Amino acid sequence: MIRIESVTKRYADGTVAVDDLTLDIPDGSITVLVGPSGCGKTTTLRMINRMIEPSGGRILLDGQDLAQQPVTALRRSMGYVIQNAGLFQHRTIVDNIATVPRMLGWDRGRARERARELMDRVGLDATLAKRYPYQLSGGQQQRVGVARALAADPPVLLMDEPFSAVDPIVRKGLQAELLRIQSELGKTIVFVTHDIDEAIKLGNMIAVMRTGGHLAQYAPPDELLSAPADAFVEDFLGTDRGIRRLSFFTSAGLDVTATPIVTADADAAQIAERTLPELPYLLVTDADGKPLGWAKAEDLAPRTDAGDGASTEDGASTADLLPHGRPFVLGQDSLRDALDCAVLSPTGWAVAVDGTGKVVGVTSQETIATAIRGAHAGRATKPAEPDADAPDAADTSAAGPAQAPATDGPAPDAPDGDADAPVKAAR
Amino acid sequence: MNILNFLNTFFSDGANWHGANGIPHRLLEHIQYSAVALAIAAAIGLPIGLFTGHTGRGGYALSAFATGARALPSFGLLVLMTIWLGQLGTTPAMIPLVALAVAPILVTTHEAIRSVDPAPVDAARGMGMTSPSVLFQVELPVALPLILGGLRSAAIQVVSTATIAAYISLGGFGRYIIDGLASHTYSDVVGGAVLVAGLALATIGVFWLVGRLVVSPGVRRGR
Ligand SMILES: Nc1ncnc2c1ncn2[C@@H]1O[C@H](COP(=O)(O)OP(=O)(O)OP(=O)(O)O)[C@@H](O)[C@H]1O
Ligand SMILES: [Mg+2]
Repeated sequence: MIRIESVTKRYADGTVAVDDLTLDIPDGSITVLVGPSGCGKTTTLRMINRMIEPSGGRILLDGQDLAQQPVTALRRSMGYVIQNAGLFQHRTIVDNIATVPRMLGWDRGRARERARELMDRVGLDATLAKRYPYQLSGGQQQRVGVARALAADPPVLLMDEPFSAVDPIVRKGLQAELLRIQSELGKTIVFVTHDIDEAIKLGNMIAVMRTGGHLAQYAPPDELLSAPADAFVEDFLGTDRGIRRLSFFTSAGLDVTATPIVTADADAAQIAERTLPELPYLLVTDADGKPLGWAKAEDLAPRTDAGDGASTEDGASTADLLPHGRPFVLGQDSLRDALDCAVLSPTGWAVAVDGTGKVVGVTSQETIATAIRGAHAGRATKPAEPDADAPDAADTSAAGPAQAPATDGPAPDAPDGDADAPVKAAR
Repeated sequence: MNILNFLNTFFSDGANWHGANGIPHRLLEHIQYSAVALAIAAAIGLPIGLFTGHTGRGGYALSAFATGARALPSFGLLVLMTIWLGQLGTTPAMIPLVALAVAPILVTTHEAIRSVDPAPVDAARGMGMTSPSVLFQVELPVALPLILGGLRSAAIQVVSTATIAAYISLGGFGRYIIDGLASHTYSDVVGGAVLVAGLALATIGVFWLVGRLVVSPGVRRGR
């Protein structure tokens, strides 16, 4: 564990960048330092590998005062990733990654072999090994930076805004990759960002800092969103923290119904039977159960109008379908995803699919709202028992598996994946 | 008489191709003076430039020194050194040549190291590289094209200025120019000047080749 104990940093010009900061950084998890520009995040991070020496207080690594340790050995035991990767432009990609193993005295062959392993681990194609950094995109360079930091398998990884210089799509990919790598390696990661969304996405613990180097709040993301310590933190979190907090509630156990779902060749009887009273639409799927789109029941009915010679087809012409929007993966995506799907859906109903993209059911905004109330009441530790009439009843639902849907029709197998929130899935 | 005629007279004269006053011998002398002067200047300028560039210390002193060195008249220095030191072999000629070459080497080396992107240097320190390793494994390889550029301009200046060695009865291509002026043999003057210019061009070629060999392809692009 890294323990930052009453640490202060006063620069030569008198600037107090970090003021009496105390922080326990747990092993094997991601701790994010977040806050506005100039609040002392980088200074704090760089005191951990002694790129900057504290002016007061001390930092302990597994109980040992860092100041007592030889600085090069200390740094070699901590991976370090910076904003623009900082690759060595005169070295090839493998040799960049092999830097620390080489410093530790590994022979060239073994160091390069290790470097190639890491390229694979961070999702870099092996054909890039012999390239030079200028021949890589920014996102690829950043992956090399991460691989280089991991090369000697250090227990600690320090990352200073590693993904802030790449575009949002690449950043998302890199974040997902980091979570995946972390799930395999379980490093102690200290991650600096000024982006609260990134902090919430990546952090197991989040330290919000405020200008002047003060700690404003130190909490897991869910707690940060539900109980910001003060107005500064609340403001920093932004206006939609309630919505964002839904990311931590699993959609496992959310009620979905498979009733209003038909294939494109459904006959009139099936259509009539499957139309819900509260939903004038049916979801049309292909033969594999993949969603095609929504259609009004009357549009779906096979046309019997013999006068129109061209119209001999029965069922819906897929061109007439309303788009089904992005479905959510039941049990894997969060309630936030489910709600987002419902809000964006032309019918107001979200489409739930399984991991293979097959439709398992649809669900309304009202049902999701019920689940949200239940989840809040249950502190997001389990899927809530749906009960639209008595949301408070969710308190008593500790033992309850998902209840059968209120509507008729085959209930989808509710994925009984572990209901442990928070969900920290790579998205 | 035009220049081509001078050149023809000079280069077709069989006497200019052998013996102590032949072109091959003068070429060797010229290269020798230039190479020794450049080596001494590099031995002074490179380490100081690398050190000050790496530590960031002494920037002001360096630029003051460089300005001063540029203002030194090489020929005046040569005369002064000869008066002081007498005809002590090549030494009086070496001092102005070295003085001439140290400034561009020292200043460009310092600037080249200073101008290295700070991000990889920070990364290198952060991953536990020692300070000399940072200099030699991170900063120097990246700064190499600029440093070679400094060495090259020093070398060109030395090659052209080494002609003055002839003034104190030493050899090199300067012999043709000084003697030619004294005896009004203008074909020798022009021939000597062309040889000096040719050697300067060859120097550029040598540095280009060295650059191809020692600068990493990852650094070379775009320069
Ligand atoms: N070497 C230095 N000398 C003097 N002041 C400094 C120095 N480095 C940083 N500071 C000041 O210390 C404060 C904290 O800087 P720091 O770099 O830690 O901020 P940060 O939180 O990382 O900001 P950003 O998000 O912009 O990177 C700032 O006010 C900054 O101006
Ligand atoms: Mg910073």
